[in-house]
Amino acid sequence: MKAFAELLDRLSYSPSRNAKLRLLVNYLQTVHDPDRGWALAALTDGLPFSFPLRRTLSEIMERRSDPELFRLSRDYVGDTAETIALMWDQAAPDRPPSAAYTATRLARLDEVGGTTPMRLSDVISELAVINRNALGAKLESWLDALGTTERWALLKLLTGELRVGVSTRLAKTAVAQLGGRDVAEIEEVWHALGPPYENLFAWIEGRGPLPDVRQALVFRPLMLSHPLEDDDWAALDLAQFWAEWKWDGIRVQIAGDSNQTLLFSRSGDDISGSFPDIVGGSRFDAVLDGELLVVRDGVVAPFSDLQQRLNRKGVSKRQLEEFPAHVRLYDILLADGEDLRALPLAQRRKRLEAWHARVHPSRTDLSEIIPAQTKNELQALWAAARDASIEGIMLKRRDSHYQSGRPKGQWYKWKRAPLTLDCVLMYAQRGSGKRSSYYSDYTFGAWRNGEDGKPELVPVGKAYFGFTDEELIEIDRWVRNNTVESFGPVRSVAPRLVFEVAFDAVQASSRHKSGVAMRFPRIHRIRWDKPADQADRLDTLLAMIAR
Amino acid sequence: MGGFQKGPELPPSPARFDSWLHPGPAGLHCVPGDFHIDPARPVDRAVITHGHSDHARAGHHAVLATAETIAVMKARLGPDAAGSYQQSRYGEVNVIGDVTVTLVPAGHILGSAQVVIEHAGRRAVVSGDYKRRPDPTAVPFELVPCDLFVTEATFGLPVFRHESDAREIGRLLASVRENPDRTHLVGAYGLGKAQRLIALLRAAGYDRPIWLHGALVSMCSLYATFGIDLGELRLVKDASSKLPGEIVLCPPSALQDRWSRRLADPVVAFASGWMRVRARARQRGVELPLVISDHCDWPELVQTIEETAAEEIWVTHGREEALVHQATLMGRRARALALVGYEEEGE
Repeated sequence: MKAFAELLDRLSYSPSRNAKLRLLVNYLQTVHDPDRGWALAALTDGLPFSFPLRRTLSEIMERRSDPELFRLSRDYVGDTAETIALMWDQAAPDRPPSAAYTATRLARLDEVGGTTPMRLSDVISELAVINRNALGAKLESWLDALGTTERWALLKLLTGELRVGVSTRLAKTAVAQLGGRDVAEIEEVWHALGPPYENLFAWIEGRGPLPDVRQALVFRPLMLSHPLEDDDWAALDLAQFWAEWKWDGIRVQIAGDSNQTLLFSRSGDDISGSFPDIVGGSRFDAVLDGELLVVRDGVVAPFSDLQQRLNRKGVSKRQLEEFPAHVRLYDILLADGEDLRALPLAQRRKRLEAWHARVHPSRTDLSEIIPAQTKNELQALWAAARDASIEGIMLKRRDSHYQSGRPKGQWYKWKRAPLTLDCVLMYAQRGSGKRSSYYSDYTFGAWRNGEDGKPELVPVGKAYFGFTDEELIEIDRWVRNNTVESFGPVRSVAPRLVFEVAFDAVQASSRHKSGVAMRFPRIHRIRWDKPADQADRLDTLLAMIAR
Repeated sequence: MGGFQKGPELPPSPARFDSWLHPGPAGLHCVPGDFHIDPARPVDRAVITHGHSDHARAGHHAVLATAETIAVMKARLGPDAAGSYQQSRYGEVNVIGDVTVTLVPAGHILGSAQVVIEHAGRRAVVSGDYKRRPDPTAVPFELVPCDLFVTEATFGLPVFRHESDAREIGRLLASVRENPDRTHLVGAYGLGKAQRLIALLRAAGYDRPIWLHGALVSMCSLYATFGIDLGELRLVKDASSKLPGEIVLCPPSALQDRWSRRLADPVVAFASGWMRVRARARQRGVELPLVISDHCDWPELVQTIEETAAEEIWVTHGREEALVHQATLMGRRARALALVGYEEEGE
């Protein structure tokens, strides 16, 4: 636990990717199985079990601390796990708060704590079999035995959100570096493995064979695109590329063999259970790349319809009928035991078309290739695309191989220009994590006429990014100086600051007071100069609802 | 100096102090002595607890403070920052109007003082900023039992618990050893923290020259005139290399400044009580957070409230809400003063 805590601690303060990579490699070299494998799991896909942790922690803190002091501390620190780790020593189960702070207690302050050596794998094996009712008591005894940093690491581990600035890919890159391998090799076999990854380490250290995944029905790493920058567009030779519409759904992979068909999200999560309409059809032996959408009579529905089908354990008959799922296919990775990924895109496309014509799985179609001969023509199509379900255009090199990760110069996403609206800041809420103690989450409104005929603001959205760190500090100061009322972490402010808000689309919504919901709103510009009464009206927003 | 004894018991009265000590627009005002303590705007008579800029401001007609604080004010605000100065030694009893005022060590920085006011058989202690830990550059805090204790609450939340100085200095020196090709750039406030950090490094046996940002020089020199030996100090702008393996001190504002580009791939460190909270370190891009503070941590604030035995606790600035709550749990009458002008974050 000590080595793991130290790793997380140092990762969280390391500014550079290379420094993080060095720390990870060093950890994986010096810590043995199975501890390092559990650490790898924590840094990538998470532990294979979860707990009602939020409830357990609040029960513990109810017993161990004064609720008001805990609330104020949590509010300030912006992270529950860290708050508990930091204030744990101040919490005393058997004494009232006032008596807890005696001189004898203060004399112990400099002790770092954590005299009991506790291994990460010990924690894991206890958790794997623990009765949920016993979790609280166990957790308390661990917290008592550990030092501050280890307490923090343990709680981070259990919450499943480490937030130490290490991407899944970076962790896998560290594993690859152990054996001088390429991270693509790790990603290819990754989804056939599970924690604590002993066979992976055995292979990387030359002690065992590469896990064979050729015939396995597993998620294959995706090829991703880069946002198209102005320079990319200027340098782009359209003859080498083709364009497809970028649909506003979620990226999925369909993998099938003669026994079953599975649907994976872009992170490799198996979401087949929510989509019997996709995986329940005919059997085929292939791995396909595409966009999951809700499609009715050939027309793609807005993203909010697809949301009705996402993040659900089961799916009702009514949902299946009202929100029929569909996959628009754009690539084929494997077919009938053959790996097609080393072929150029143009050849894969031919194989995809032939395969689809032959197998024709229900609820699928092929992504259209946009017939545009010149850049001007394509730009005009891009600018004119106002269909709510089109996010923009994808540009793909005709000779691109299917490579995992985000290879340079191969695929571009060219998102269409956002919609914008000048809104008035109404409420600000303190952020969490990196932004704790700053007012960084903003609810903004547009004007309409109230019942008394006078103009009033109605909230139309909430955003917490799009501004720089410097702007955040300025807005934070503004919020503190213009507060009308505070409710816990939220302040209502005088209606005086205008934000130009950018968003991808706006949809009618019965759940919002304004009757509309913005998709992907962000603060585009802070209009310090603009008087609030000149901000936009709700009618303007309503007129933007895509039909 | 002789220790203070607790005043005679008087029957409790809810407005006992409000009649003669209360927060006004300029700051805390003592009516029978007609003076302010650390006022935020110019006043006739001011008692100044210490030299930090949110406590010691220019423009007062007459100032009472320790010799060290007066020296700091003259150096930072100019020789004419106040109409007149009256020096007071620690423990010296000054009669002002109908009250006596005694300055007592607060342990915060060089010359910092608590203001002990006695009037009509009652004693109020206005602590200013204070700390309980030993500091080679400041006279240790002296506990004064009182009826009213006015405390700060900079670190007034139970999450704040400062590590021992020795441990934090040890971490800094270990990092210097591990990274001989990088400069260690340590952000530290220019008055108090920087000098204490240097003194702590010297006490830990670090005898190499310590390199300074220009903004830190004058206060280090001033400390030296009061007999605090800081060893060999050099200016970064005089360096002939990028200072790999060396320790450089700068004000916090220079940490992310272009100024630091002249250093060898610096390890950015910051010595402050705020470094206890991870997000605070990350917001400033700090790679090596050092929890070294010139304020009390939570247990020390609570301990001090307990030990002064004051029935009434007023909280000036910081995280007042939690400390008022805690003092109330301890059976004290507690309130937040909501004084304006103090920096919430400065350390």
